[in-house]
Amino acid sequence: MSQYVLRRLMIAIPSLLGISVVLFVVLALAPGDPFSELATNPNVPPEVQAALRAKFGLDDPIHLRYLHWLNAMLHGDWGFSFVSRMNVDTLILQRLPATLYVIGSAQILALLIAIPVGVYAATKPYSLFDQIANTLAFVGFSLPTFFTGILFILIFSVTLDWLPFVYTTDIKGTGIHWVLEMIRQAIMPVAVLGLFQAASMTRFVRSAMLDVIRLDYVTTARAKGLGQAKVIVKHVMRNAMIPVVTLIALQMPAVFGGAIVTEQIFRIPGIGSLLISSILSNDTPVVMAVTFVFACLVVLFNLIADVLYGWLDPRISLR
Amino acid sequence: MLDKELRSMIGEVKDGRMDRRAFITRMAAVGLTAPLANQILALGGVAMAEGASTYKPTKRGGGGALKLLWWQGPTLLNPHFATGTKDQDGARLFYEPLACWDPDGNMKLVLAAEIPSIQNGGLAADGKSVTWKLKPGVKWHDGTPFTADDVVFNWEYAKDPATSALTIATLRDITVEKVDNLTVRILFNKPTPFWADAFVGAPNTIIPKHLFKDYMGSKSREAPTNLSPVGTGPYKFVEFKPGDLVRGVLNPDYHMPNRPYFDSVEMKGGGDAVSAARAVIQTGEYDFGWNIQVEDDVLLRLEKGGKGKTVYAVGGDTEFIALNFTDPNTEVDGERSSIKTKHPLFSDPAVRKALSLLIDRESVKKAIYGRAGRTTANFLNGPEKFVSKNTTWEFSIEKASKILDEAGWKPGADGIREKDGKKLKLLYQTAINGPRQKTQAIVKQACQKAGIDVELKSVVASVFFSSDVGNPDTYSKFYADMEMFQIPLSQPDPSQHMRRYLSTLVATKENKWQGTNFPRWVNKEYDATIQAADGEMDPVKRAALYIKANDLMYQDTVFIPVQHRLKVEAAANNLRPVVSGWANETDNLFDWYREE
Repeated sequence: MSQYVLRRLMIAIPSLLGISVVLFVVLALAPGDPFSELATNPNVPPEVQAALRAKFGLDDPIHLRYLHWLNAMLHGDWGFSFVSRMNVDTLILQRLPATLYVIGSAQILALLIAIPVGVYAATKPYSLFDQIANTLAFVGFSLPTFFTGILFILIFSVTLDWLPFVYTTDIKGTGIHWVLEMIRQAIMPVAVLGLFQAASMTRFVRSAMLDVIRLDYVTTARAKGLGQAKVIVKHVMRNAMIPVVTLIALQMPAVFGGAIVTEQIFRIPGIGSLLISSILSNDTPVVMAVTFVFACLVVLFNLIADVLYGWLDPRISLR
Repeated sequence: MLDKELRSMIGEVKDGRMDRRAFITRMAAVGLTAPLANQILALGGVAMAEGASTYKPTKRGGGGALKLLWWQGPTLLNPHFATGTKDQDGARLFYEPLACWDPDGNMKLVLAAEIPSIQNGGLAADGKSVTWKLKPGVKWHDGTPFTADDVVFNWEYAKDPATSALTIATLRDITVEKVDNLTVRILFNKPTPFWADAFVGAPNTIIPKHLFKDYMGSKSREAPTNLSPVGTGPYKFVEFKPGDLVRGVLNPDYHMPNRPYFDSVEMKGGGDAVSAARAVIQTGEYDFGWNIQVEDDVLLRLEKGGKGKTVYAVGGDTEFIALNFTDPNTEVDGERSSIKTKHPLFSDPAVRKALSLLIDRESVKKAIYGRAGRTTANFLNGPEKFVSKNTTWEFSIEKASKILDEAGWKPGADGIREKDGKKLKLLYQTAINGPRQKTQAIVKQACQKAGIDVELKSVVASVFFSSDVGNPDTYSKFYADMEMFQIPLSQPDPSQHMRRYLSTLVATKENKWQGTNFPRWVNKEYDATIQAADGEMDPVKRAALYIKANDLMYQDTVFIPVQHRLKVEAAANNLRPVVSGWANETDNLFDWYREE
């Protein structure tokens, strides 16, 4: 087992290196530069702009810049933001709590809806409940988050005036008041994201369950006289969860990566909004760090999913 | 007005025979506004009037929280590193300049004790130095006294190229010296009619020597105070999250009486302009929204029964279409739009003239800018004293067609005019931005009717305004026939703005396209006019020179002004913000209050 994990980690190194080369080259080739805002400021002469480019090494050849970056990354230095003039890791760590809270809650909400609904729908396929669940799921993943987000704002903030639509990180107040406010302002973004995720996940859980529920061993279990609940939870679900775990594991990096559109609509200061504003201002060190961390997380969670398979189904051996 | 008459009037004010108000009224009668009159008096030897304050509260604090919404939040808080106005706005909450600009373009004192004038000995008559007296008793937020050393330090800090401060441009050509603890003198190497640049306004705020002195030059990025400012301003720093949030609380030792009104201030970043307008005007979640560049229809709809309104400030920002005087399609020595070429179509003045008749500025205002725009014939639209009254504009497809007909541009089989085998086909580029694309469509339609085929192109703003030498789509490379954008006039003076178009500053491959004269327009008379204005200390003659410069551009149709744009902000109904078109939004924040 530990040997397996070690081997997988070793394999990850060349693939991460490859990913970093691709990311770096793409970003270096991308047009624009971080000092574009200065160009139309008549107070800043062009020489100053040129000096800044030189200072931040933007005029060096691309392979040198890559080696610099790699060397720094190996020493734990994530880079230095051109735009904020501070270390990229501080910038990312500042954004992490909001992302984890909002996106994490949305994922939990999605699971809390998808698993019971999917399982129940699968036990009674083509029943009225199943039909309704299916219809809502289709509606759910057909509506993009930027649409539902704005719709929610118009209904719950503008018309009903129940919920705020600007997410604030420094809520005044302490104790229970603070907790309530935190929940209140997260309701809309969490609902928008969670319902969207839940829609596709429900369909997935349902079909995974249906695949298993028809198998002979389930009939055997029923024939032994086991109750419906026990059959479904202990015998069907455990096997049906293997593909679901893969799906969830691959979505976990997204929890850290944030949700660009939703974060922008609700002004959540998460990793997604950091990424998009850095892309727009050509702050390459930040873009590079965020995307690279994201790549690392994808590799890591793939590994975790593989290890979990062994636990869910002892027949899968890890060698 | 006759120069002599003006002079005698200035003399009367000086001697006390005419009061200041009467002088300003007389000036207004001939079309000159108060800020101009004041500047004329200042340079004529009468002290400049201090901007009037509309501040009403009679005690410090008690105003609760002020919630500001900047849809692009500040990403750093050291004013010397500010890349855009958003960063200056954030830093200005804590740091202060010597003086700032009020909505009329008058100077308001902040850290200075008096406005320098020839009378009080602050201004040298030859325009080569200015002496500022500092307000006594001002303390940094950590209790250290503010002195002349701090001012001198800011100059030393920024002029060192290793610091890579963006304020270097303002500070490198001057010398700042300490006269005594509360007096500094700024020396210029040539007569400088506009002396109020260094240390004035939000872009030029002052940072404390005692916290930055160990972080000059290449160590500048390591200063911990870069991220947690200690200033002299009305609010003390609490918290900063780049791009997201800046927070401050009332400074109980603030040097202005009864100020500030608010107990705390919060500047939230992120999102977009429309939803920012909604959060201020419609739901009232925030008190003030910055730079609400939203279509007027949308704003009018939000304002109906809303909790807020829009606020406008007049400055000198002009949205223009620039014409390329060189050929963007011919390569000379590996360079397109080379100064060695002539534009095949625009070298005929009739074509340029016809184009200026085809820009329907009134429709652009009605359909796009609404209350946030004014039609204009001038490239230079402010301050008022520099605005030419000699120009006019009109929209007439018939007249344009007639001019083209007379110049020999006849419609071909496809309806597009041609002459000597050259077809009137133009490439018109701009940055991606809703109003700009709509303007493009309006212009294209009118041109089509006059037999000019216009191809539209839009480039992402971060590319269009970039200085990236490798990118062909930047505004300075200008690989198109015409392009549209605006260059903000960031101070109430046109000198820097107009200098850009000197013929020595043409953007070329040789200077890596960093020359500021992107239309590649060469006019000896213009050069001479600008150079004369640069050293002219007489304010009336100087204004006349800039008006002449503007008129030369108008005659040659270098720029076709599309709209004189106003600043648009959103504010809660009970908030009394003071916003100047000549300054950053937070420059007058100390005078903001809420009507109970």
